[in-house]
Amino acid sequence: MIMITAVGSLAVMGATLGTLLGVASRYLHVEDDPLEQELLSLLPGANCAQCGFVGCGQAAAALAKGEAGVTLCPPGGKAVAEKLAKKLGVSADLSEHEDKGPEYAVVEEDLCIGCTRCIRECTADAIFGAPKQMHTILRDNCHGCAKCFKVCPTEAIKMCKVPVTLGEWHWAKPEDAAASHAH
Amino acid sequence: MKLFSVRGGVHPEYRKERTAESAIVALPLPDALYLPLQQHIGAPAEPVVEPGDLVKKGQLLARASGPVSAPVHAPTSGRVAAISDMTAPHPSGLPQPTIILEPDGKDEWAELPAGIPDPLTAPADVIRQRVAEAGIVGMGGATFPSAVKLNLGTERKLEILLLNGAECEPYLTCDDRVMREYADEMIDGARIMAHALGAPRTVIAIEENKPQALAIVTKAAAGLLDVEVVSVPAQYPMGSERHLVQAITGEETPARKLTADLGIVVHNVATARAVHHAVRFGRPLVARVVTVSGGAVGKPQNVEAPLGALVSDLIEFCGGLSVPPKRVVNGGPMMGQPLPSLAVPVVKGTSGILALTAEEANEQPAQPCIRCGTCVTICPCGLVPVEMAAFIRKENLDAAARLGVRDCVSCGSCSYICPAHIPLVHFFNYAKGRLNAQDREVRKTDHIRQLVEGHNERLEKAAAAKAAAAAAAAAAAAQSASTTENRGEA
Amino acid sequence: MTAYNDKSGPFTHAPTSVSLTMATVLAALVPATLFDAWLFGWPAIFMFLITVGSCVLMEAGCLILSNKPLKPSLTDGSVVLTGWLLAMSLPPWSPWWIGLLGSVFAVVLAKHLFGGLGQNVFNPAMVGRVALLVSFPLQMTSWVKSAPLGSDGAPGFVEALGITFGHASGFDHVSAASALGYVKTELSRGVPVDASTQHLPGLSDMLLGMHPGSFGETSAVLILAGGLLLLARRIISWHIPVSLMGTLFVLGTLFHAVDPARYTDGLFHLVSGATFLGAFFIATDYVTSPVSKRGQLVYGFGVGLLTWIIRTFAGYPEGMAFAVLLMNALTPIIDHHIRPRVFGRTYKGEPLPLKGEK
Repeated sequence: MIMITAVGSLAVMGATLGTLLGVASRYLHVEDDPLEQELLSLLPGANCAQCGFVGCGQAAAALAKGEAGVTLCPPGGKAVAEKLAKKLGVSADLSEHEDKGPEYAVVEEDLCIGCTRCIRECTADAIFGAPKQMHTILRDNCHGCAKCFKVCPTEAIKMCKVPVTLGEWHWAKPEDAAASHAH
Repeated sequence: MKLFSVRGGVHPEYRKERTAESAIVALPLPDALYLPLQQHIGAPAEPVVEPGDLVKKGQLLARASGPVSAPVHAPTSGRVAAISDMTAPHPSGLPQPTIILEPDGKDEWAELPAGIPDPLTAPADVIRQRVAEAGIVGMGGATFPSAVKLNLGTERKLEILLLNGAECEPYLTCDDRVMREYADEMIDGARIMAHALGAPRTVIAIEENKPQALAIVTKAAAGLLDVEVVSVPAQYPMGSERHLVQAITGEETPARKLTADLGIVVHNVATARAVHHAVRFGRPLVARVVTVSGGAVGKPQNVEAPLGALVSDLIEFCGGLSVPPKRVVNGGPMMGQPLPSLAVPVVKGTSGILALTAEEANEQPAQPCIRCGTCVTICPCGLVPVEMAAFIRKENLDAAARLGVRDCVSCGSCSYICPAHIPLVHFFNYAKGRLNAQDREVRKTDHIRQLVEGHNERLEKAAAAKAAAAAAAAAAAAQSASTTENRGEA
Repeated sequence: MTAYNDKSGPFTHAPTSVSLTMATVLAALVPATLFDAWLFGWPAIFMFLITVGSCVLMEAGCLILSNKPLKPSLTDGSVVLTGWLLAMSLPPWSPWWIGLLGSVFAVVLAKHLFGGLGQNVFNPAMVGRVALLVSFPLQMTSWVKSAPLGSDGAPGFVEALGITFGHASGFDHVSAASALGYVKTELSRGVPVDASTQHLPGLSDMLLGMHPGSFGETSAVLILAGGLLLLARRIISWHIPVSLMGTLFVLGTLFHAVDPARYTDGLFHLVSGATFLGAFFIATDYVTSPVSKRGQLVYGFGVGLLTWIIRTFAGYPEGMAFAVLLMNALTPIIDHHIRPRVFGRTYKGEPLPLKGEK
């Protein structure tokens, strides 16, 4: 008698809870995050194609599917790689990641022939100039995608490393004896 | 005046005896003066002279550029030799544009603007204008353009101008000597600033380890009803603006706000003296008192040096280096910045040059943290250095930011007291630098994204306009073709 | 020219160091230790030396195995302190293997397996003691009556070697119960507390230490003196000792007033057992106690409460070690939730409101 009560009550509880779980999985179902959109918002959005994909949209799609690594975006640098890693929930070993460092493009005026090809390529409208007139790149608007660099017929554009200014310099991480042991 | 207690803090040895009793001595003019275009917080000044120009003392060499900036003046008469990059007196060792001036030895003043008559009744913006033109910046080391700070009275009702005579850093005695020798000038400058700010009261706070300065300044302010002199406890970091305000009024400046939001503006005593010179005599800021001290200096002194004199000039004047120093520091030992070499100039914010021996610096290799919690007890900002450093060590900067590392003022009390000699403040400086760099990158990325979106929109609009024009042209062509046909048939 | 700017300031330092701190704590323990060494004689001295020595050996072994440098961990005195406190909590005439095993539990298990100095969650000395207590209850509760060095009944050097290293055959040591143990046993036999305490040494004897107990719990007054030295030298702050002893005293007094036959009074709790040792030396261990002052108050209260509960209701007569370990487990949570208020912000972390704002 006791056994029947025990078995019966457990069966009833199991059935009830199972039903509840099934109902919940249908009506309380959480839609998948629009991961691709979120990844896209983390990328610079300049469609510079340095990652190998035609645009940031395709890069985001590949990231969401797991087909691309988080270090794919050179202009984004370490900051973007870290954010992508966090969003995707992967741990990225960025200690080896060599930040090429932000670069910016400069027009060498002696070599510029005023062909305006770079102006048409620039994704951020950072180049000012007109046909047969000198072209200039606004440094603050240039983010180093290098599309102009690739298209200039006279190789008048060179990519320079963005220098560290006094205002932007900061201390490096201290080398600390305790840390080097605590592995 | 009732004082309030300030949380935490440490009590380092004063080590001021070496220079406290030595009167200010003027540095003889060196062979060359090196004036960086940026000796202040804000945009660098823009040169208005060219190499080869002859200038007189006090003549404008570079004008302020933008709302937060300060001009640079010639500390003596001479010839502008060059304007080129030179190593900045900054731990990075990076170069900055510098005007190199060769003194002609005559030290002739240029024609200076007349002193403002009766400045205590003059309009506030006249005084602010004069302070701006004189290139005066915060001389306690922060170098914030003083004219901009004097503007704070226009938006808020201010109660007190608090003159910071605390000088809580060990070794430094420049403010102490200025207070002892030029108390009248300082008080006059303070009252002028208080008037420009619209603050009815002036309070001069001096740490209790400077009894002579207290006595002299109290005597000098004796007849003045609007000036009060207060002795504050010798507790580092009493000179920190927010903590000094708390000691005087008991109020904590809310995070991300200014002390002016509590009705108090803080200025350094040397800044007040500079305002006196500018307003009464039209003289711009061209020199400052620097304490040259430390165990490695032959004869420590307080030197009034023209801006642009090299650190090596000052040290030579003070008996040279008796032993090779372990560190050469710009400022005090707690918050001072190490210099890249001795061949860098004295600038507006250089309150001290310290050549420290290894014994004085007491640097030991870091040991594992034993969680003694002393850093938590003494942090004047109520932070938890032990936890923040542990997160930063593991590169978890977000966790450190959540614990409040951006609120750290880098006073150095925690590093000073840590028995395991862990470089806590170095960790926090690193974290703050990285977090700021991340913020800059985010801003840059947003800026670029806006530009790219604008670019794409422009292209779309152009394409749409083209398509519309083509459609209209096609429609017009079809229209005229049908008309011609009709005419042809008719 | 050497680089001046390879590291950030500050470029001055207080004359503090880890070894100085450890040395001060050890100095504070010396008077009580000397007294107890005299009180219990040669076997106790051997036990002490073996315990401390094997802790140092275990530490050296672990450091070598994990490729860490021997200095400063071995020389700063931290492991000597662990061994010393462990020895203070052991019965004075314990055999050699108790000290050895205790050091394995304390140093290898509780300290190095967690990451070494500064990384352990639990107080190593207490882990050692508790592991021994649970594994070898007989040896860990064999208290002896005091046998001062040079007195009639005391074992000589050679006899002491026999006690520590071999079986003490032919030597009559008189075992005795510690005060707490006696009271608990009597209670279980039906003798009410106020009757059994009559048979215990008086207050002054308890304070001075002329009574049975573990190596370190006997001389309460010397331990107290050591604790006051630590307070004066700012090695510890008053928060943990005061909250710990205050809680014990208040609970004891309260419940004794309610039912004197069942509960011992506050003063008894303070002077018996390892209260002073625990309050000043064990619960105040840096690594395992909270870093903030308010957190320390909570921690001390917790240790006091748990000690009283264990002493009064649980199977063991002395509850300090267990209480400390239980509160050690809570220290990370205490540290997480109880933080000082940041300057210019509320406790929640928002900037303080300006006057005139809400």
